[in-house]
Amino acid sequence: MTVKTATGSAAALPKADRGSVGKRFRAWLNKRLPVDEFLASQVTEYYAPKNFNFWYYFGSLALVVLVLQLVTGIFLTMFYKPGEATAFDSVQFIMREVDWGWLIRYLHSSGASFFFIVVYLHMFRAFLYGSYKPPRELLWLLGMLVYLALMAEAFMGYVLPWGNMSYWGAQVIVNVFGTIPGIGPDLVLWIRGDYGIADATLSRFFSLHVAAIPLALLLLVALHLVALHQVGSNNPDGIEIKEKVGADGHPLDGIPFHPYYTVKDFVGIAVFLVALAIVVFFVPTFGGLFLESPNFEPANPISTPADITPVWYFTPYYAMLRAVPDQRLGALLLLLAIMAFLFLPWLDRSPVKSMRYRGWMSRSALAIFVVSFIGLGYLGMQPALGIYVIIARVLAALYFLFFLLMPFYTSLETVKPVPARVVYHAH
Amino acid sequence: MRTEALLAALLLAVAGCVPQRLPAAEPEGAAKFGADWESWRADTNVADLASVQRGARNFVSYCLGCHSLKYERWSRLGTDLRIPGQLLEQDLLPPGARATDYIMTGMPAADAKDWFGKTPPDLSLMVRARGRDYIYQFLTTFYVDATSPTGANNLRLPTTAMPDVLSELEGLKGAVFNKGGFDHFEPVAPGRMSLAEYEGFVRDTVNFLDYVSEPTQLERRQLGVWVVLFLLVFSWLALLVKREYWKDVH
Repeated sequence: MTVKTATGSAAALPKADRGSVGKRFRAWLNKRLPVDEFLASQVTEYYAPKNFNFWYYFGSLALVVLVLQLVTGIFLTMFYKPGEATAFDSVQFIMREVDWGWLIRYLHSSGASFFFIVVYLHMFRAFLYGSYKPPRELLWLLGMLVYLALMAEAFMGYVLPWGNMSYWGAQVIVNVFGTIPGIGPDLVLWIRGDYGIADATLSRFFSLHVAAIPLALLLLVALHLVALHQVGSNNPDGIEIKEKVGADGHPLDGIPFHPYYTVKDFVGIAVFLVALAIVVFFVPTFGGLFLESPNFEPANPISTPADITPVWYFTPYYAMLRAVPDQRLGALLLLLAIMAFLFLPWLDRSPVKSMRYRGWMSRSALAIFVVSFIGLGYLGMQPALGIYVIIARVLAALYFLFFLLMPFYTSLETVKPVPARVVYHAH
Repeated sequence: MRTEALLAALLLAVAGCVPQRLPAAEPEGAAKFGADWESWRADTNVADLASVQRGARNFVSYCLGCHSLKYERWSRLGTDLRIPGQLLEQDLLPPGARATDYIMTGMPAADAKDWFGKTPPDLSLMVRARGRDYIYQFLTTFYVDATSPTGANNLRLPTTAMPDVLSELEGLKGAVFNKGGFDHFEPVAPGRMSLAEYEGFVRDTVNFLDYVSEPTQLERRQLGVWVVLFLLVFSWLALLVKREYWKDVH
């Protein structure tokens, strides 16, 4: 549209400074909210080591999955109806009659498994490069709290579709709390809100799943990020880049997170979405691993599935629970297996962080640990019979030896010299 | 029109089936019929629309008397299986049912429980819960058992409460057991279908139940191809952007 004068010719307007409104608004805003300051400190002038490799994609991916789960979860909540009589039917209603309901639901159910894939790889990265070692102990502990909250979130979410495996899985897991001496039985009653897994249990799990735990998760993730930016990221060489600062005051081996890592993480996100889409569109049940067959039958208190197994991401711990003949001891083992991670920063006595400069003992120990964790994960899906139980016991022993012997093998072995600057080859 | 003609032809084909015998007792040394029943596979393809349509007809004729598909509406079935509304109302809908109704059996649940000892299960999700092969094996391993209240028993689901309702098509067969358990089937009385025809009938039925268990599955796979292709192109572009930026990093 052109502005015309009274005579009809085009008006010559004073040259407006096009950015001025925007600039003025920005100034107005920044006076009241430290937007620019925040972005500078956290993104554009947050210096991250330039030698991040493949393993460093999973932090940002975990954030992406968190958002995916929150958004799909909000839409699912619009149609899901918690309640013994309505839950199962409402999930089928979402799958069949809600526009794009099947897509939202598969994104959410696959997203849960991908969350754990990403988080396990993220944790493995910390094992690989000693990211839990000082000064990042609190960062590691906050990350572990995120992991614990995630486990609670996933467990309660799994109960909501009210399939037969939801029901029996809840039965088994809640009963684990019953093994606590003294208060066990009362505690179980308190958790369930009834004498069995029932309507009251489903309703409270729904409440916790959609409100309480997501809030806790968001808070913990925020704290995890604040702690990360306070100490700065570790890197594959395990070198503190802040110790070598250039004339401009920035780390010599650091690059601004934005734009370098935002564009790089975008590649990771895109490739991740390809993998997610392949699962969602072509194998949403992932052969019964992401969505188990018995869960396509409604919860039935008088019909136990042939094998009660939790979803794959809990099976390493489940295998340990079942490896011990005594239920109480099994539950204790399960608790210790999860808690062991918390002590890592103080168990590791190695003078170097990264596996690149550690000796054969640390490397073998980590390899054995990974094998035991994956092996236990597999065994947790098999019936607890004969040879399976024996192998599970051996692997559980290796799992704990990894932690128990860590102070010894990490201080005994000879390590390689760590270079002063990070190793980086420009592409 | 094509669909109508197809359905009409199929209905005729079934009605006109010439009774044929089960394979006669086979000579010594040949594979015994049924010995390998646990390896029988449904081998169906839900993209085969004609097969799913035949399965829908089979379901309405032989299953709906006792089993519901409580999550599927008649209208949805009509749309997905490309059955014209008129044909749907005329040939598939039970009297009194509306197209927007869910596919429900007329049998009262309480009576069914009295008659069979348990209410026949809803079949909407049976394929997802048990798998196609399970249902295929279930429908092909009924045998005559005088000790059972229904006169029939089943290898896949022993002591099943379900009578051998498809025996008029398949014929009756007896099971021969030896020390190790089941050995093979032997024909008792012929049905209206040949063995191959009956297997086709069961396959179509299983295929239809596969469709019902997840009506969006074809759409899901078709859409998935485009989504994945888009994301691959997007990944490639993202990589180019990343490389451009990272040229500065030494």
